[in-house]
Amino acid sequence: MNRDHSEDQASINLSVNLGGIMMKNPVAVASGTFGYGFEYADFIDSRTIGAVIVKGTTLEARPGNLPPRITETPAGMLNAIGLENPGVEVFLQEYLPALREQGVTVIANIAGNSLEDYAQMAARLEGHTGIAGIELNISCPNVKQGGLQFGTDPHMVQNVVAAVKAESSLPVMPKLSPNVTDIVAIAKAAQAGGADALSMINTLLGMAIDVRTRRPVLGNVFGGLSGPAIKPVALRMIYQVYREVNLPILGGGGIMNPTDALEFIMAGASAVSIGTGIFVNPRLAADIAAGMEQYLRDNDLQDISQLVGAAVNR
Amino acid sequence: MATLEQALVISNEQMAADLYELEMIAPQVASLCKPGQFLQVRMDVNHDPLLRRPISVYDVDQDRGTITLLYKVVGRGTNLLTTVKSQESLDIMGPLGNGFGLPAQPVRAVLVGGGVGIAPLLYLARRLLAMQSEVTVLYGAGNRRELVAAQRFENIGAQVLTATLDGSEGFQGLVTELLTAQIKPEETDCIYTCGPEIMMAAVAAFAVRHQIVGECSLEENMACAVGACLGCARKLKSTDTHYVKVCKDGPVFSLQGIELYNGGVS
Repeated sequence: MNRDHSEDQASINLSVNLGGIMMKNPVAVASGTFGYGFEYADFIDSRTIGAVIVKGTTLEARPGNLPPRITETPAGMLNAIGLENPGVEVFLQEYLPALREQGVTVIANIAGNSLEDYAQMAARLEGHTGIAGIELNISCPNVKQGGLQFGTDPHMVQNVVAAVKAESSLPVMPKLSPNVTDIVAIAKAAQAGGADALSMINTLLGMAIDVRTRRPVLGNVFGGLSGPAIKPVALRMIYQVYREVNLPILGGGGIMNPTDALEFIMAGASAVSIGTGIFVNPRLAADIAAGMEQYLRDNDLQDISQLVGAAVNR
Repeated sequence: MATLEQALVISNEQMAADLYELEMIAPQVASLCKPGQFLQVRMDVNHDPLLRRPISVYDVDQDRGTITLLYKVVGRGTNLLTTVKSQESLDIMGPLGNGFGLPAQPVRAVLVGGGVGIAPLLYLARRLLAMQSEVTVLYGAGNRRELVAAQRFENIGAQVLTATLDGSEGFQGLVTELLTAQIKPEETDCIYTCGPEIMMAAVAAFAVRHQIVGECSLEENMACAVGACLGCARKLKSTDTHYVKVCKDGPVFSLQGIELYNGGVS
Protein backbone atom coordinates (compact mmCIF):
# COMPACT_ATOMS: atom_id res chain seq x y z
CA MET A 1 0.00 0.00 0.00
CA ASN A 2 1.55 3.33 -0.94
CA ARG A 3 1.40 6.36 1.29
CA ASP A 4 -1.01 8.40 -0.77
CA HIS A 5 -3.46 5.56 -0.73
CA SER A 6 -3.28 5.11 3.03
CA GLU A 7 -3.83 8.81 3.56
CA ASP A 8 -6.83 8.57 1.30
CA GLN A 9 -8.17 5.69 3.42
CA ALA A 10 -7.65 7.67 6.60
CA SER A 11 -9.64 10.61 5.32
CA ILE A 12 -12.94 8.74 5.45
CA ASN A 13 -14.69 8.58 8.83
CA LEU A 14 -17.30 5.88 9.27
CA SER A 15 -17.37 5.91 13.06
CA VAL A 16 -20.58 6.93 14.77
CA ASN A 17 -21.47 8.15 18.23
CA LEU A 18 -24.97 6.81 18.63
CA GLY A 19 -26.15 8.62 21.73
CA GLY A 20 -23.02 7.58 23.60
CA ILE A 21 -22.67 4.17 21.96
CA MET A 22 -19.38 4.37 20.10
CA MET A 23 -19.50 2.39 16.85
CA LYS A 24 -16.46 1.89 14.62
CA ASN A 25 -18.75 1.89 11.60
CA PRO A 26 -22.46 2.59 11.12
CA VAL A 27 -23.60 -1.04 10.79
CA ALA A 28 -25.16 -2.97 13.66
CA VAL A 29 -26.53 -6.48 13.52
CA ALA A 30 -30.05 -6.65 14.90
CA SER A 31 -31.03 -8.53 18.01
CA GLY A 32 -32.20 -12.08 17.38
CA THR A 33 -30.64 -12.35 13.95
CA PHE A 34 -27.02 -12.87 14.95
CA GLY A 35 -27.24 -14.83 18.19
CA TYR A 36 -24.27 -13.75 20.28
CA GLY A 37 -21.94 -13.43 17.27
CA PHE A 38 -20.20 -16.77 17.76
CA GLU A 39 -22.71 -18.50 15.51
CA TYR A 40 -21.44 -16.56 12.48
CA ALA A 41 -17.73 -16.79 13.33
CA ASP A 42 -16.97 -18.83 10.19
CA PHE A 43 -18.27 -16.02 8.01
CA ILE A 44 -17.47 -12.71 9.68
CA ASP A 45 -15.33 -11.37 12.52
CA SER A 46 -17.71 -9.77 15.03
CA ARG A 47 -15.00 -7.26 15.99
CA THR A 48 -15.32 -5.63 12.59
CA ILE A 49 -19.04 -4.97 13.05
CA GLY A 50 -20.20 -1.53 14.27
CA ALA A 51 -22.23 -3.15 17.04
CA VAL A 52 -23.53 -6.62 17.80
CA ILE A 53 -26.95 -6.36 19.40
CA VAL A 54 -27.24 -9.70 21.13
CA LYS A 55 -30.32 -11.87 21.43
CA GLY A 56 -33.11 -10.43 23.58
CA THR A 57 -32.42 -11.34 27.18
CA THR A 58 -34.79 -11.75 30.10
CA LEU A 59 -34.28 -12.25 33.84
CA GLU A 60 -35.13 -15.94 33.61
CA ALA A 61 -34.46 -18.37 30.79
CA ARG A 62 -37.31 -18.67 28.29
CA PRO A 63 -38.01 -21.75 26.14
CA GLY A 64 -39.51 -19.80 23.24
CA ASN A 65 -42.63 -20.44 21.20
CA LEU A 66 -44.13 -23.59 19.81
CA PRO A 67 -42.90 -24.32 16.25
CA PRO A 68 -43.27 -23.57 13.41
CA ARG A 69 -41.52 -20.35 14.29
CA ILE A 70 -40.66 -18.97 10.86
CA THR A 71 -42.14 -18.87 7.39
CA GLU A 72 -41.15 -17.11 4.21
CA THR A 73 -43.45 -14.49 2.71
CA PRO A 74 -43.15 -12.39 -0.47
CA ALA A 75 -39.78 -10.59 -0.18
CA GLY A 76 -39.82 -11.20 3.55
CA MET A 77 -40.33 -13.60 6.38
CA LEU A 78 -42.42 -13.97 9.50
CA ASN A 79 -40.92 -15.03 12.79
CA ALA A 80 -42.37 -15.87 16.16
CA ILE A 81 -39.39 -17.12 18.13
CA GLY A 82 -40.81 -16.00 21.47
CA LEU A 83 -37.64 -14.59 23.03
CA GLU A 84 -35.99 -17.95 23.57
CA ASN A 85 -32.90 -17.13 25.64
CA PRO A 86 -30.88 -18.62 28.49
CA GLY A 87 -31.54 -15.75 30.89
CA VAL A 88 -29.41 -12.82 32.01
CA GLU A 89 -27.12 -14.82 34.33
CA VAL A 90 -25.95 -17.10 31.53
CA PHE A 91 -25.45 -14.07 29.31
CA LEU A 92 -23.32 -12.33 31.94
CA GLN A 93 -21.33 -15.38 32.99
CA GLU A 94 -20.80 -17.20 29.69
CA TYR A 95 -21.35 -14.99 26.68
CA LEU A 96 -20.35 -11.49 27.77
CA PRO A 97 -16.85 -12.44 29.00
CA ALA A 98 -16.08 -14.11 25.67
CA LEU A 99 -17.40 -11.14 23.70
CA ARG A 100 -15.46 -8.73 25.91
CA GLU A 101 -12.26 -10.71 25.45
CA GLN A 102 -12.69 -10.58 21.68
CA GLY A 103 -13.28 -6.84 21.74
CA VAL A 104 -16.75 -6.93 20.23
CA THR A 105 -18.93 -3.81 20.54
CA VAL A 106 -21.89 -5.31 22.39
CA ILE A 107 -25.33 -3.82 22.80
CA ALA A 108 -27.47 -5.79 25.25
CA ASN A 109 -31.13 -6.21 24.33
CA ILE A 110 -33.40 -6.55 27.33
CA ALA A 111 -37.03 -7.60 27.60
CA GLY A 112 -39.50 -8.27 30.36
CA ASN A 113 -43.12 -8.65 31.37
CA SER A 114 -43.32 -5.66 33.68
CA LEU A 115 -41.73 -2.30 34.42
CA GLU A 116 -39.95 -3.96 37.35
CA ASP A 117 -38.48 -6.65 35.06
CA TYR A 118 -36.91 -4.01 32.83
CA ALA A 119 -35.57 -2.04 35.79
CA GLN A 120 -34.17 -5.20 37.37
CA MET A 121 -32.55 -6.24 34.09
CA ALA A 122 -30.88 -2.82 33.75
CA ALA A 123 -29.64 -3.03 37.34
CA ARG A 124 -28.27 -6.52 36.75
CA LEU A 125 -26.24 -5.32 33.74
CA GLU A 126 -24.86 -2.34 35.64
CA GLY A 127 -21.16 -2.52 36.44
CA HIS A 128 -20.32 -5.19 33.87
CA THR A 129 -17.72 -3.96 31.45
CA GLY A 130 -18.03 -4.77 27.77
CA ILE A 131 -21.58 -3.51 27.26
CA ALA A 132 -21.68 -0.39 25.09
CA GLY A 133 -25.37 0.25 25.54
CA ILE A 134 -28.80 -1.16 26.19
CA GLU A 135 -31.49 -1.68 23.59
CA LEU A 136 -34.93 -1.92 25.17
CA ASN A 137 -37.14 -4.47 23.54
CA ILE A 138 -40.50 -2.83 24.04
CA SER A 139 -41.81 -3.99 20.70
CA CYS A 140 -41.56 -7.75 20.41
CA PRO A 141 -44.82 -8.91 18.86
CA ASN A 142 -44.28 -12.54 19.78
CA VAL A 143 -44.63 -12.79 23.51
CA LYS A 144 -47.90 -12.96 25.38
CA GLN A 145 -46.98 -10.42 28.03
CA GLY A 146 -44.73 -7.42 27.77
CA GLY A 147 -43.05 -6.63 24.52
CA LEU A 148 -45.50 -5.09 22.17
CA GLN A 149 -47.91 -3.50 24.64
CA PHE A 150 -45.05 -1.59 26.22
CA GLY A 151 -44.20 -0.13 22.87
CA THR A 152 -47.62 0.97 21.68
CA ASP A 153 -48.66 3.25 24.56
CA PRO A 154 -46.68 6.52 24.86
CA HIS A 155 -47.06 6.63 28.67
CA MET A 156 -45.75 3.10 29.02
CA VAL A 157 -42.84 3.90 26.71
CA GLN A 158 -41.89 6.94 28.76
CA ASN A 159 -42.18 5.03 32.02
CA VAL A 160 -40.17 2.01 30.93
CA VAL A 161 -37.38 4.15 29.49
CA ALA A 162 -37.27 6.26 32.66
CA ALA A 163 -37.24 3.15 34.85
CA VAL A 164 -34.28 1.73 32.97
CA LYS A 165 -32.43 5.06 32.90
CA ALA A 166 -32.81 5.27 36.67
CA GLU A 167 -30.97 1.96 37.06
CA SER A 168 -28.34 2.29 34.37
CA SER A 169 -25.34 4.41 33.55
CA LEU A 170 -25.28 3.03 30.00
CA PRO A 171 -26.77 4.67 26.92
CA VAL A 172 -30.38 3.46 26.59
CA MET A 173 -32.02 2.95 23.21
CA PRO A 174 -35.62 1.73 23.05
CA LYS A 175 -36.53 -0.30 19.96
CA LEU A 176 -39.75 1.16 18.64
CA SER A 177 -42.65 -0.85 17.30
CA PRO A 178 -44.05 0.06 13.89
CA ASN A 179 -47.42 -1.32 14.97
CA VAL A 180 -48.70 2.09 16.01
CA THR A 181 -50.70 4.90 14.44
CA ASP A 182 -48.39 7.72 15.46
CA ILE A 183 -44.71 6.78 15.61
CA VAL A 184 -43.68 10.36 16.39
CA ALA A 185 -45.74 10.36 19.60
CA ILE A 186 -43.97 7.17 20.69
CA ALA A 187 -40.55 8.60 19.84
CA LYS A 188 -41.28 11.79 21.78
CA ALA A 189 -42.39 9.73 24.77
CA ALA A 190 -39.11 7.80 24.64
CA GLN A 191 -37.23 11.08 24.56
CA ALA A 192 -39.23 12.37 27.53
CA GLY A 193 -38.26 9.20 29.40
CA GLY A 194 -34.62 10.01 28.81
CA ALA A 195 -33.71 7.82 25.84
CA ASP A 196 -30.23 8.41 24.43
CA ALA A 197 -31.05 7.02 20.99
CA LEU A 198 -33.88 5.30 19.15
CA SER A 199 -33.79 1.94 17.41
CA MET A 200 -36.37 1.54 14.70
CA ILE A 201 -38.14 -0.38 13.48
CA ASN A 202 -39.03 -3.73 14.95
CA THR A 203 -41.09 -6.17 12.88
CA LEU A 204 -44.60 -5.55 11.61
CA LEU A 205 -47.24 -7.82 13.06
CA GLY A 206 -48.47 -10.29 10.47
CA MET A 207 -49.59 -13.84 9.81
CA ALA A 208 -49.71 -16.58 7.20
CA ILE A 209 -52.26 -19.33 6.59
CA ASP A 210 -51.74 -22.82 5.17
CA VAL A 211 -54.67 -23.61 2.86
CA ARG A 212 -53.99 -27.37 3.02
CA THR A 213 -54.33 -27.56 6.79
CA ARG A 214 -56.63 -24.51 6.98
CA ARG A 215 -54.60 -23.37 9.95
CA PRO A 216 -52.22 -20.48 10.67
CA VAL A 217 -48.68 -21.45 9.65
CA LEU A 218 -46.96 -20.21 12.80
CA GLY A 219 -47.34 -21.99 16.12
CA ASN A 220 -47.86 -18.57 17.69
CA VAL A 221 -50.47 -17.64 14.99
CA PHE A 222 -49.03 -14.12 14.63
CA GLY A 223 -45.45 -13.26 13.86
CA GLY A 224 -43.20 -10.35 13.02
CA LEU A 225 -42.70 -9.48 9.37
CA SER A 226 -39.18 -8.53 8.33
CA GLY A 227 -37.12 -8.28 5.16
CA PRO A 228 -37.30 -6.07 2.06
CA ALA A 229 -41.12 -6.09 2.21
CA ILE A 230 -41.05 -3.67 5.17
CA LYS A 231 -38.34 -1.31 3.95
CA PRO A 232 -40.67 1.46 2.72
CA VAL A 233 -42.53 1.48 6.05
CA ALA A 234 -39.29 1.69 8.01
CA LEU A 235 -37.95 4.53 5.87
CA ARG A 236 -41.14 6.51 6.25
CA MET A 237 -41.18 6.15 10.03
CA ILE A 238 -37.51 7.11 10.41
CA TYR A 239 -38.05 10.13 8.16
CA GLN A 240 -41.02 11.23 10.30
CA VAL A 241 -39.19 10.81 13.59
CA TYR A 242 -35.98 12.45 12.36
CA ARG A 243 -37.97 15.54 11.41
CA GLU A 244 -39.46 15.99 14.86
CA VAL A 245 -37.28 14.32 17.46
CA ASN A 246 -33.70 15.30 18.14
CA LEU A 247 -32.23 11.89 19.00
CA PRO A 248 -29.83 9.73 17.00
CA ILE A 249 -31.60 6.88 15.23
CA LEU A 250 -30.42 3.35 14.56
CA GLY A 251 -32.47 2.60 11.46
CA GLY A 252 -33.30 -0.69 9.87
CA GLY A 253 -35.96 -2.76 8.19
CA GLY A 254 -35.22 -4.93 5.17
CA ILE A 255 -31.72 -3.64 4.41
CA MET A 256 -30.11 -5.99 1.89
CA ASN A 257 -27.24 -3.96 0.41
CA PRO A 258 -25.26 -0.71 0.77
CA THR A 259 -27.77 1.28 -1.29
CA ASP A 260 -30.60 0.30 1.06
CA ALA A 261 -28.42 1.31 4.01
CA LEU A 262 -27.66 4.70 2.49
CA GLU A 263 -31.38 5.29 2.04
CA PHE A 264 -31.83 4.84 5.79
CA ILE A 265 -28.99 7.25 6.54
CA MET A 266 -30.52 9.81 4.18
CA ALA A 267 -33.91 9.33 5.87
CA GLY A 268 -32.31 10.36 9.15
CA ALA A 269 -30.64 7.32 10.66
CA SER A 270 -27.19 7.91 12.16
CA ALA A 271 -26.43 4.20 11.82
CA VAL A 272 -28.21 1.17 10.41
CA SER A 273 -29.17 -2.26 11.65
CA ILE A 274 -29.36 -5.35 9.50
CA GLY A 275 -31.13 -8.58 10.33
CA THR A 276 -32.98 -10.72 7.84
CA GLY A 277 -30.43 -9.77 5.18
CA ILE A 278 -27.75 -11.56 7.21
CA PHE A 279 -29.54 -14.86 6.60
CA VAL A 280 -29.10 -14.32 2.87
CA ASN A 281 -25.59 -12.88 3.10
CA PRO A 282 -23.72 -13.62 6.34
CA ARG A 283 -21.07 -11.07 5.34
CA LEU A 284 -23.62 -8.30 4.80
CA ALA A 285 -22.31 -6.10 7.65
CA ALA A 286 -18.86 -5.94 6.06
CA ASP A 287 -20.27 -5.46 2.57
CA ILE A 288 -22.41 -2.53 3.70
CA ALA A 289 -19.59 -0.79 5.58
CA ALA A 290 -17.39 -1.14 2.49
CA GLY A 291 -20.17 0.08 0.20
CA MET A 292 -20.79 3.14 2.38
CA GLU A 293 -17.12 4.00 2.40
CA GLN A 294 -17.02 3.71 -1.37
CA TYR A 295 -20.05 5.98 -1.70
CA LEU A 296 -18.39 8.63 0.47
CA ARG A 297 -15.21 8.38 -1.58
CA ASP A 298 -17.07 8.58 -4.89
CA ASN A 299 -18.93 11.68 -3.70
CA ASP A 300 -15.96 13.48 -2.12
CA LEU A 301 -17.40 13.21 1.36
CA GLN A 302 -15.31 12.54 4.45
CA ASP A 303 -17.78 11.55 7.13
CA ILE A 304 -20.92 9.44 7.11
CA SER A 305 -22.59 12.06 9.32
CA GLN A 306 -22.65 14.37 6.30
CA LEU A 307 -25.37 12.17 4.81
CA VAL A 308 -27.59 11.78 7.85
CA GLY A 309 -31.03 13.15 6.98
CA ALA A 310 -29.85 14.30 3.55
CA ALA A 311 -33.24 13.45 2.04
CA VAL A 312 -35.26 15.06 4.80
CA ASN A 313 -36.98 18.39 4.49
CA ARG A 314 -36.88 19.53 8.11
CA MET B 1 -16.07 -24.94 9.71
CA ALA B 2 -18.13 -23.49 6.88
CA THR B 3 -17.68 -20.89 4.19
CA LEU B 4 -19.40 -18.97 1.42
CA GLU B 5 -18.52 -19.96 -2.12
CA GLN B 6 -19.59 -19.12 -5.65
CA ALA B 7 -19.89 -22.60 -7.11
CA LEU B 8 -19.65 -23.24 -10.83
CA VAL B 9 -22.50 -25.44 -12.00
CA ILE B 10 -21.44 -28.35 -14.20
CA SER B 11 -24.85 -29.90 -14.75
CA ASN B 12 -28.41 -29.65 -13.47
CA GLU B 13 -30.45 -32.53 -14.84
CA GLN B 14 -33.97 -33.73 -14.39
CA MET B 15 -33.85 -37.33 -13.15
CA ALA B 16 -37.58 -37.96 -12.62
CA ALA B 17 -40.77 -35.92 -12.59
CA ASP B 18 -39.73 -33.64 -9.73
CA LEU B 19 -36.20 -34.86 -8.92
CA TYR B 20 -33.08 -33.05 -10.12
CA GLU B 21 -29.39 -33.73 -9.77
CA LEU B 22 -27.06 -30.73 -9.70
CA GLU B 23 -23.30 -31.06 -9.87
CA MET B 24 -21.02 -28.11 -9.20
CA ILE B 25 -17.40 -27.22 -8.69
CA ALA B 26 -16.95 -25.85 -5.18
CA PRO B 27 -13.53 -26.91 -3.94
CA GLN B 28 -13.58 -24.96 -0.68
CA VAL B 29 -16.92 -26.28 0.53
CA ALA B 30 -16.22 -29.76 -0.89
CA SER B 31 -13.02 -30.02 1.14
CA LEU B 32 -14.99 -29.39 4.34
CA CYS B 33 -18.00 -31.66 3.75
CA LYS B 34 -18.86 -34.55 6.04
CA PRO B 35 -21.68 -37.00 5.26
CA GLY B 36 -25.06 -35.75 6.42
CA GLN B 37 -24.21 -32.07 6.26
CA PHE B 38 -26.14 -29.62 4.13
CA LEU B 39 -25.71 -26.42 2.13
CA GLN B 40 -27.70 -23.21 2.20
CA VAL B 41 -28.29 -22.44 -1.46
CA ARG B 42 -29.30 -18.98 -2.61
CA MET B 43 -32.19 -19.26 -5.02
CA ASP B 44 -32.45 -15.76 -6.36
CA VAL B 45 -30.16 -12.75 -6.58
CA ASN B 46 -33.17 -10.52 -6.02
CA HIS B 47 -35.23 -10.73 -2.87
CA ASP B 48 -38.00 -13.09 -3.77
CA PRO B 49 -37.83 -15.88 -2.80
CA LEU B 50 -35.77 -14.31 -0.05
CA LEU B 51 -34.22 -17.05 2.05
CA ARG B 52 -31.63 -19.63 1.12
CA ARG B 53 -32.81 -23.23 0.92
CA PRO B 54 -31.19 -26.00 2.95
CA ILE B 55 -30.25 -28.92 0.67
CA SER B 56 -28.41 -32.07 1.71
CA VAL B 57 -25.06 -32.94 0.23
CA TYR B 58 -25.65 -35.98 -2.00
CA ASP B 59 -22.10 -36.72 -3.03
CA VAL B 60 -18.65 -35.17 -2.84
CA ASP B 61 -15.58 -35.75 -4.95
CA GLN B 62 -12.72 -34.30 -2.93
CA ASP B 63 -10.20 -34.81 -5.74
CA ARG B 64 -12.24 -32.95 -8.33
CA GLY B 65 -13.56 -30.44 -5.79
CA THR B 66 -17.16 -31.16 -6.77
CA ILE B 67 -20.40 -31.46 -4.84
CA THR B 68 -23.57 -33.10 -6.11
CA LEU B 69 -27.05 -32.30 -4.83
CA LEU B 70 -30.19 -34.38 -5.37
CA TYR B 71 -33.20 -32.16 -4.82
CA LYS B 72 -36.94 -32.36 -5.11
CA VAL B 73 -39.00 -29.50 -6.50
CA VAL B 74 -41.36 -28.58 -3.69
CA GLY B 75 -42.00 -24.87 -4.16
CA ARG B 76 -40.88 -21.60 -5.68
CA GLY B 77 -37.31 -21.82 -4.46
CA THR B 78 -36.51 -25.27 -5.75
CA ASN B 79 -38.48 -24.53 -8.91
CA LEU B 80 -36.15 -21.62 -9.58
CA LEU B 81 -33.15 -23.85 -8.92
CA THR B 82 -34.16 -26.06 -11.86
CA THR B 83 -33.54 -23.11 -14.20
CA VAL B 84 -29.85 -22.85 -13.28
CA LYS B 85 -27.73 -23.89 -16.24
CA SER B 86 -24.31 -25.39 -16.75
CA GLN B 87 -21.51 -22.79 -16.42
CA GLU B 88 -23.66 -20.52 -14.27
CA SER B 89 -22.65 -19.77 -10.72
CA LEU B 90 -24.50 -20.73 -7.57
CA ASP B 91 -24.11 -18.93 -4.25
CA ILE B 92 -23.66 -21.60 -1.58
CA MET B 93 -22.99 -21.50 2.15
CA GLY B 94 -21.73 -24.56 3.94
CA PRO B 95 -21.19 -27.24 4.88
CA LEU B 96 -23.66 -26.81 7.75
CA GLY B 97 -25.03 -29.02 10.50
CA ASN B 98 -23.46 -31.85 12.44
CA GLY B 99 -23.54 -34.69 9.90
CA PHE B 100 -23.70 -38.40 10.56
CA GLY B 101 -21.47 -40.01 13.16
CA LEU B 102 -18.94 -42.30 11.46
CA PRO B 103 -17.90 -45.43 13.34
CA ALA B 104 -14.26 -45.90 14.34
CA GLN B 105 -14.21 -49.51 13.10
CA PRO B 106 -15.74 -51.16 10.02
CA VAL B 107 -19.41 -51.95 10.64
CA ARG B 108 -22.35 -53.73 9.06
CA ALA B 109 -24.54 -50.72 8.32
CA VAL B 110 -28.12 -50.55 7.07
CA LEU B 111 -29.16 -47.32 5.36
CA VAL B 112 -32.87 -46.67 4.92
CA GLY B 113 -33.87 -43.90 2.54
CA GLY B 114 -37.29 -42.79 1.35
CA GLY B 115 -37.80 -40.59 -1.72
CA VAL B 116 -35.43 -37.63 -1.89
CA GLY B 117 -34.39 -38.58 1.65
CA ILE B 118 -31.97 -40.98 0.00
CA ALA B 119 -29.74 -37.97 -0.78
CA PRO B 120 -27.59 -37.64 2.37
CA LEU B 121 -27.09 -41.41 2.50
CA LEU B 122 -24.99 -41.64 -0.69
CA TYR B 123 -21.92 -39.80 0.56
CA LEU B 124 -22.36 -41.62 3.86
CA ALA B 125 -22.31 -44.97 2.03
CA ARG B 126 -19.22 -43.90 0.12
CA ARG B 127 -17.37 -43.07 3.33
CA LEU B 128 -18.54 -46.23 5.13
CA LEU B 129 -17.45 -48.40 2.21
CA ALA B 130 -14.09 -46.63 2.06
CA MET B 131 -13.44 -47.85 5.61
CA GLN B 132 -14.34 -51.45 4.66
CA SER B 133 -17.83 -51.40 6.15
CA GLU B 134 -20.64 -53.50 4.70
CA VAL B 135 -23.43 -51.26 3.46
CA THR B 136 -26.96 -52.42 2.73
CA VAL B 137 -29.26 -49.74 1.35
CA LEU B 138 -33.03 -50.04 1.60
CA TYR B 139 -34.43 -47.57 -0.85
CA GLY B 140 -38.12 -46.77 -1.11
CA ALA B 141 -40.00 -44.65 -3.63
CA GLY B 142 -43.40 -44.36 -5.28
CA ASN B 143 -42.37 -46.12 -8.46
CA ARG B 144 -39.30 -47.34 -10.34
CA ARG B 145 -38.71 -44.05 -12.18
CA GLU B 146 -38.24 -42.31 -8.84
CA LEU B 147 -35.46 -44.68 -7.80
CA VAL B 148 -32.93 -42.31 -9.32
CA ALA B 149 -30.14 -42.99 -6.84
CA ALA B 150 -30.09 -46.81 -6.95
CA GLN B 151 -27.45 -47.09 -9.63
CA ARG B 152 -25.10 -44.72 -7.83
CA PHE B 153 -25.18 -46.83 -4.67
CA GLU B 154 -24.54 -49.98 -6.70
CA ASN B 155 -21.65 -48.30 -8.50
CA ILE B 156 -19.80 -47.68 -5.25
CA GLY B 157 -20.33 -51.22 -3.98
CA ALA B 158 -23.36 -51.04 -1.72
CA GLN B 159 -25.99 -53.75 -1.72
CA VAL B 160 -29.29 -52.14 -2.73
CA LEU B 161 -32.77 -53.44 -1.95
CA THR B 162 -35.62 -51.42 -3.39
CA ALA B 163 -39.27 -50.99 -2.51
CA THR B 164 -41.90 -49.23 -4.58
CA LEU B 165 -45.46 -48.46 -3.61
CA ASP B 166 -46.76 -49.56 -7.01
CA GLY B 167 -44.51 -52.62 -7.21
CA SER B 168 -42.91 -51.46 -10.47
CA GLU B 169 -39.54 -52.43 -9.04
CA GLY B 170 -38.34 -54.50 -6.10
CA PHE B 171 -40.53 -55.15 -3.09
CA GLN B 172 -44.09 -53.87 -3.41
CA GLY B 173 -44.91 -51.80 -0.36
CA LEU B 174 -43.20 -49.66 2.22
CA VAL B 175 -39.45 -49.63 2.62
CA THR B 176 -39.99 -50.17 6.34
CA GLU B 177 -41.81 -53.43 5.57
CA LEU B 178 -38.75 -54.41 3.56
CA LEU B 179 -36.64 -53.54 6.60
CA THR B 180 -38.51 -55.87 8.95
CA ALA B 181 -38.75 -58.62 6.32
CA GLN B 182 -35.15 -58.61 5.09
CA ILE B 183 -32.80 -57.24 7.71
CA LYS B 184 -31.46 -59.53 10.40
CA PRO B 185 -30.98 -57.42 13.52
CA GLU B 186 -28.25 -59.69 14.86
CA GLU B 187 -26.21 -59.00 11.71
CA THR B 188 -26.69 -55.23 11.86
CA ASP B 189 -24.37 -52.93 13.81
CA CYS B 190 -25.97 -49.60 13.00
CA ILE B 191 -28.80 -47.98 11.06
CA TYR B 192 -28.90 -44.61 9.31
CA THR B 193 -32.10 -43.17 7.89
CA CYS B 194 -33.51 -40.18 6.07
CA GLY B 195 -36.92 -39.68 4.50
CA PRO B 196 -40.50 -38.93 5.49
CA GLU B 197 -40.72 -38.63 9.26
CA ILE B 198 -43.37 -41.34 9.50
CA MET B 199 -40.95 -43.70 7.73
CA MET B 200 -38.08 -42.76 10.03
CA ALA B 201 -40.37 -43.34 13.03
CA ALA B 202 -40.83 -46.96 11.92
CA VAL B 203 -37.07 -47.32 11.40
CA ALA B 204 -36.48 -45.87 14.87
CA ALA B 205 -38.97 -48.33 16.37
CA PHE B 206 -37.10 -51.21 14.69
CA ALA B 207 -33.73 -49.91 15.93
CA VAL B 208 -34.95 -49.40 19.49
CA ARG B 209 -36.72 -52.79 19.55
CA HIS B 210 -33.54 -54.57 18.49
CA GLN B 211 -31.15 -52.31 20.40
CA ILE B 212 -29.29 -51.23 17.29
CA VAL B 213 -27.69 -47.80 17.40
CA GLY B 214 -28.70 -45.45 14.66
CA GLU B 215 -29.20 -41.94 13.40
CA CYS B 216 -31.82 -40.04 11.44
CA SER B 217 -31.59 -36.83 9.45
CA LEU B 218 -34.42 -34.32 9.90
CA GLU B 219 -35.75 -31.57 7.70
CA GLU B 220 -37.02 -28.17 8.82
CA ASN B 221 -37.60 -24.72 7.39
CA MET B 222 -34.61 -22.56 8.24
CA ALA B 223 -33.54 -18.94 8.03
CA CYS B 224 -29.96 -18.55 9.30
CA ALA B 225 -28.98 -22.28 9.40
CA VAL B 226 -26.16 -21.54 11.86
CA GLY B 227 -28.04 -21.57 15.17
CA ALA B 228 -28.54 -17.82 15.46
CA CYS B 229 -32.19 -17.17 14.63
CA LEU B 230 -33.66 -20.11 16.58
CA GLY B 231 -36.28 -20.58 13.86
CA CYS B 232 -35.91 -24.33 13.25
CA ALA B 233 -36.77 -25.37 16.79
CA ARG B 234 -38.14 -28.77 17.74
CA LYS B 235 -38.40 -30.86 20.87
CA LEU B 236 -36.61 -34.21 20.81
CA LYS B 237 -39.19 -35.60 23.22
CA SER B 238 -42.65 -34.19 23.84
CA THR B 239 -41.88 -33.93 27.56
CA ASP B 240 -38.76 -31.82 26.94
CA THR B 241 -38.88 -28.17 27.91
CA HIS B 242 -35.86 -27.33 25.76
CA TYR B 243 -35.98 -26.93 21.98
CA VAL B 244 -33.09 -28.17 19.87
CA LYS B 245 -32.21 -26.40 16.62
CA VAL B 246 -32.35 -28.69 13.62
CA CYS B 247 -29.74 -26.61 11.77
CA LYS B 248 -27.01 -26.66 14.38
CA ASP B 249 -27.81 -29.44 16.86
CA GLY B 250 -28.83 -31.55 13.82
CA PRO B 251 -29.93 -32.23 11.21
CA VAL B 252 -28.72 -35.65 12.39
CA PHE B 253 -30.07 -36.98 15.67
CA SER B 254 -29.77 -40.29 17.46
CA LEU B 255 -32.66 -42.68 16.78
CA GLN B 256 -32.59 -43.60 20.45
CA GLY B 257 -33.03 -40.06 21.72
CA ILE B 258 -35.90 -38.75 19.64
CA GLU B 259 -39.66 -39.11 19.30
CA LEU B 260 -40.57 -39.00 15.63
CA TYR B 261 -44.05 -38.38 14.28
CA ASN B 262 -45.39 -41.85 13.60
CA GLY B 263 -48.79 -40.94 12.20
CA GLY B 264 -50.52 -41.39 15.53
CA VAL B 265 -49.81 -45.11 15.97
CA SER B 266 -49.07 -45.97 19.59
